[in-house]
Amino acid sequence: MPEKFMIGTRIRERRVLAGIRQTDLAKRVGISPSYLNLIEHNRRRIGGKTLLRLAGALDVEPSLLSEGAAATLVAGLREAAGAADDAGPEGDRAEEFAERFPGWAGLVTELYRRNEEMERTIETLTDRLAHDPFLADSLHEVISAVTAIRSTSSILVETEELEPEWTARFHRNINEDSARLTEGAQALVKYLEGAPNRDAEVQSPQDEMHAVLAARGFHFAELEREVAGPRAVARLVRAEAERGLSGPAQTLLGAVLARYLEDARALPMATFLTRVRTLGPNPARLSEATGAGLAQVFRRMAAMPEAEVGPVGLVICDASGTLIFRKPIEGFSMPRLAGACALWPLYLALAQPLAPLRRRVRQAGRGGEVVEALAVAGPEGPTGFDRPAPVRAHMLLLPDPGAARGAVEEIGVSCRICPLASCVARREPSILAEGF
Amino acid sequence: MGKTVLLIEDEPNIIEAVSFILSRDGWDVKTHANGHDAMDAVRRRTPDLIILDVMLPGKSGYDILGEIRADADFATVPVLMLTARGQTRDREMAERAGASRYMTKPFSNADVLDAVRALAGT
Repeated sequence: MPEKFMIGTRIRERRVLAGIRQTDLAKRVGISPSYLNLIEHNRRRIGGKTLLRLAGALDVEPSLLSEGAAATLVAGLREAAGAADDAGPEGDRAEEFAERFPGWAGLVTELYRRNEEMERTIETLTDRLAHDPFLADSLHEVISAVTAIRSTSSILVETEELEPEWTARFHRNINEDSARLTEGAQALVKYLEGAPNRDAEVQSPQDEMHAVLAARGFHFAELEREVAGPRAVARLVRAEAERGLSGPAQTLLGAVLARYLEDARALPMATFLTRVRTLGPNPARLSEATGAGLAQVFRRMAAMPEAEVGPVGLVICDASGTLIFRKPIEGFSMPRLAGACALWPLYLALAQPLAPLRRRVRQAGRGGEVVEALAVAGPEGPTGFDRPAPVRAHMLLLPDPGAARGAVEEIGVSCRICPLASCVARREPSILAEGF
Repeated sequence: MGKTVLLIEDEPNIIEAVSFILSRDGWDVKTHANGHDAMDAVRRRTPDLIILDVMLPGKSGYDILGEIRADADFATVPVLMLTARGQTRDREMAERAGASRYMTKPFSNADVLDAVRALAGT
């Protein structure tokens, strides 16, 4: 409909919007009503002067009449305005808005479009969950089995003088249903555990960076060589970038590897390992012997190949408590970012910087093993009088040294999944305490 | 002479347990295990009360309830709906379809007896 956006049509639109009669407008501009009528129906070409006078009388920019705003933009704006609640924008001025602020108008329509798209996505996801056939089937199976068991077992308990044939029959039924229940429950657990991986997993840059570190066993032979320099770091990052590591994750990896290089230069691997062999995996004595800080010794121990020093875990958090580095160790779970257990020696250390502490700890719940946790916090990086260095805490995790090192403290992973019943540090209820 | 209840449900062990408790309560219990020909079973048994599961092979309980209500002979027979889902929407659907009462699985035997007795009394 090109005609819709011809000059005459636009003049007519503006006049109708302004509520002016054709004869009145004609009089104001000094032309005859019949001539204006011809113009409005695109039957007469309109000259510059008349156009200027018409624009003045209609109180619009002349260019709005002569060019009009991009049709699609205006249509987009009208659509967005139509979707808004009753307190919508001035729909009659959409063209003017598009004309005067094409960039902003484009942004409005783009935001509207994306909003629509997201609403659709949310609907689809909600729908998928509500109508997920596998989920529905498994739940139906579980509930049917539970219903049968509940009904049957209460018959067995409540019926006086139940005939032996019935008793045997109901026993058999309960046995059958409990087997079905087991299968159903297992299927559900398997399904729900697998759920996050079904679609492309949404990974944070931190996760990506840790995946790279984990794939390399947290050890980088390239950075252990005597000649290794910043270019070795850059090469490693570039290689990962080529494998699809995201930009933000590249930055994180670059920072972690730069620190690794610094640590490797301060405590070269060969001599460090010799000391570990003579002094044992004892960070305090290693620190004393080498003159390096405890945090650096921790990082170095965590960077050694496991074949040399055994399993070593390491967690680093910043002053906000956010975990910025996680090297796992068997039997000790770490949440992905924030929200770890406030009882962790890591946080106790954060509360008393420069005072190292050592504890035997075990995480309550399934799979928790006793480990030795050594923690220290202190300023890291450049400092100045007007800008104190940010504080970081390090916690080294080693296999249990045995009862000689004192009693075992019960700590958690994260409140939501923590079974500890009475905990002064709890910040939210556990789904385990009430749910099961 | 006991009244007749027709139990339309596809889980054999639920059928057995519910049949047992209703029989002990003096009911003559008939059972039917699929959706396709549930309406035929209703006509053949002419029950005083129907217990109807929502999830049946062949046909949904709501559809069967619609057929029951559409038949003049059974338009007023009390129907107790059983479902594994307790959402308000399901409850509304059951009420709209003409259920006399609605019960969510898993239920206790006492609940079933109470509901059946209450429906039989009306």
